Amino acid sequence: MIEYALYFAFACFGLGLLMNIYRVISAPAVGDRILALDTMVVNAIALLALYGIHKGTTVYFEASMIIAMTGFISTVSYTRFLLRGDIIE
Amino acid sequence: MLIDILISACLVISGIFGLVGSFGLIKLPDPMMRLHAPTKATTLGVGGALIASMLYFYFVVGNFSFHELMITLFLFLTAPITGHFIAKTHLHLLHKPADLPPTGTARPWASYESDAERQRIEAEQAAENPRA
Repeated sequence: MIEYALYFAFACFGLGLLMNIYRVISAPAVGDRILALDTMVVNAIALLALYGIHKGTTVYFEASMIIAMTGFISTVSYTRFLLRGDIIE
Repeated sequence: MLIDILISACLVISGIFGLVGSFGLIKLPDPMMRLHAPTKATTLGVGGALIASMLYFYFVVGNFSFHELMITLFLFLTAPITGHFIAKTHLHLLHKPADLPPTGTARPWASYESDAERQRIEAEQAAENPRA
């Protein structure tokens, strides 16, 4: 039963990732593009967690932790750059 | 058996929330509305996936790991901050200061106030009531 639920969740997050890629390509404003990239990071973390369940190992949690940190820093620095024209003042 | 149902329910609910969050990013009409969907729904979706992972590794595999809790905590702490910054970016790029509702004071909205103006007003306030 867990297998089927896992496949369902894989399909949902994969479809969400495709929608985010579409939004990154065809964004009406630059803020939407940043938001889509941030959502892509969150979906990638969820996919890594699901893959960890699928394989039965906890190796992938370090990877998802690093992706979470990188995604947060990149989003903040991108928005800072748009707001102030400078990342570290 | 019961724990299987619980893990499967967590996985299905998290998948639906993640899909709704990503779909809302495409579907909703206004930029500020689009900010709504991913920062709430997708955060809940990834939280559900990580809870399912934690339950699976504790009850099925048999070793408890704190990593999921750390990732969930980190995501729940950072999602409001990124949402706030993206909302500010939307404000600056898509709206003019004259279009925004009044603040009710003599000062403008905080993100439109220049550094020199803020320092001047704060120095004046400090001079008026020195105890505060």
